[in-house]
Amino acid sequence: MDNLWTYAWVAVTFLIYIGVAIWSKAGSTKEFYVAGGGVSPLANGMATAADWMSAASFLSMAGMISFSGYIGSQYLMGWTGGYVLLALMLAPYLRKFGKFTVPDFIGERYYSQTARVIAVICALFISFTYAVGQMKGVGIAFARFLEVKFETGVVIGIVIVMFYTVLGGMKGITYTQVAQYCVMIFAYLVPAIFISLLVTGNPVPQIGLGSKLADGAWLLDRLDQIHTDLGFKAYTSADVNRLDMFFVTAALMMGTAGLPHVIVRFFTVPRVRDARISAGYALVFIAILYTTAPAIAVFAKTNLISTIQETPYANVPEWFSNWEHTGLITFDDKNQDGNIDYYNDENPEYAAKAAAEGKRGNELTIDKDIMVLANPEIARLPGWVIGLVVAGGLAAALSTAAGLLLVISTSISHDLLKNWLRPNITEKMELRTARISIMVAVIVSGIAGINPPGFVAEVVAFAFGLAASSFFPAIVLGIFSTRVNMQGALSGMVAGILFTGGYIMYFAVLGLGGEDDYLWGISPTGIGTLGMLINLIVTVVVTYMTPAPPKPIQEMIQSIRIPRS
Amino acid sequence: MESPDKKLYWRKNITYLLILLTAWFLVSFGFGIIWADELNQFRLGGYKLGFWFAQQGSIFAFIVIIFVYVRLMNQLDRKFQVDEF
Repeated sequence: MDNLWTYAWVAVTFLIYIGVAIWSKAGSTKEFYVAGGGVSPLANGMATAADWMSAASFLSMAGMISFSGYIGSQYLMGWTGGYVLLALMLAPYLRKFGKFTVPDFIGERYYSQTARVIAVICALFISFTYAVGQMKGVGIAFARFLEVKFETGVVIGIVIVMFYTVLGGMKGITYTQVAQYCVMIFAYLVPAIFISLLVTGNPVPQIGLGSKLADGAWLLDRLDQIHTDLGFKAYTSADVNRLDMFFVTAALMMGTAGLPHVIVRFFTVPRVRDARISAGYALVFIAILYTTAPAIAVFAKTNLISTIQETPYANVPEWFSNWEHTGLITFDDKNQDGNIDYYNDENPEYAAKAAAEGKRGNELTIDKDIMVLANPEIARLPGWVIGLVVAGGLAAALSTAAGLLLVISTSISHDLLKNWLRPNITEKMELRTARISIMVAVIVSGIAGINPPGFVAEVVAFAFGLAASSFFPAIVLGIFSTRVNMQGALSGMVAGILFTGGYIMYFAVLGLGGEDDYLWGISPTGIGTLGMLINLIVTVVVTYMTPAPPKPIQEMIQSIRIPRS
Repeated sequence: MESPDKKLYWRKNITYLLILLTAWFLVSFGFGIIWADELNQFRLGGYKLGFWFAQQGSIFAFIVIIFVYVRLMNQLDRKFQVDEF
């Protein structure tokens, strides 16, 4: 019965996307790459928000915060703070520059085909890894909620994305993303508002989180206490590795500002001032979800623990058994007493106390990914809410995948073909190549999503780390300095990429070292910040050992700093 | 050669940038991470202040920072007559 609602929501939303796609067919390369430059700042803000918030933001982030408490703020700040950097340091100038892609800027600013090609390879790697993750997410959502096979789910995803990307390019993608944003935000807010009202009496989750419970205790204090009662650290405790937190936050912020599929969104608005304000609108739309997530995290965790702690296993609510069947909740009655004992058995003091009470270790494991999806069930919300959340998760995955796939296709048809290998192809041929390459990219990412290569799991570290250590410094220095030259930028980019990529491969993908071997305790997710610094230093040093850029380039830089010349 | 007006325009732009980036750094890295413990002694309703900055306050501040920047730059563009039509 619940599944019927899910099918209905998914079918309706998919029909909307198809409708929008037909309405926004692209007729020229300018429309295919940058939607003709005619997207309103408000629409662009919404599209950017949907493009930005992937399946991970929608489904996993609240769960991550739920199980990490205060330190989860690194994701909240990291994935929003970058928009300040974009609005102030990148978007307006790139819009004035006026071409179509990030490699366009890098190639021209640093007057070098080598720089262009390095930028393209980087963009391809980042976008592909990220896109594969999204296609995998689509497959999982279909498999879990719509009872189709995982592979079939991915194929359905491929077909839908291919339809509106091939037909409409950036134009089709932008307007479908606007629709997808509306679906996502509605799907995210409805359960949050309901639960906030239920638990704290206040329908605004951002306020509800800071409110009192029915029994007069502050919600956060109650959660802190629940945690310490079970031997865990208090939820709001700042007693964490804050050096790594600093580095991760910085890497995510600078990575955000360096991601090709985000930057390219600012090429689609008519004027420089539109680029500035659409970054502001984008952040408002993103913030609506990102400030709701901590509330969901707390409501879910509080509900979950209160409901099951020391409950006899025989009396568990239905949602518990449902999720147990998927393997995302596991229960192992170690002391055979029929009760669910959930506590921190890695805390030696507490473990000793628990052993004295007859407990034999933590018996419950919960996959953090279920927090957003299980929340409506735990709070006993009506069936249509759950179906809506699934449609929202799919909207998130599809909108992000589309943006990424467009970058891949543009890199091939515009950066590699038109601007490097075959400068003489006609506009019609370029457009056709763009359409074909996006088709191929969708299919390849889909297939890879079914059987992802190992490094896809580290997509966050790779995508943000590489963007932070390669694109971000190269673009910012390119705008704010007329002295930084080709030799400096190239050396800097290569140094940043090799250091960051190498560190992530060594620790996260190949597993050749453990946490104790980290440099200054910095995790692979945070290493991009150090990579950025290395890029910066190398760029400056090499720049001053070599001649300044040619006059025309210096004049070009000065011209992009002024909105109207 | 860059005209003196354009140099001044750029210099004012950089000044705004530095001030706003300082604010950006303070609300997130400063209040949310470096001084979170100290700020946690204060409360905003049910929130400890450091925790609130890290999870909500910094994000609201980011939005304000961007819109302040937009306002300042639109005014600056008009003043130096480099605003677009």
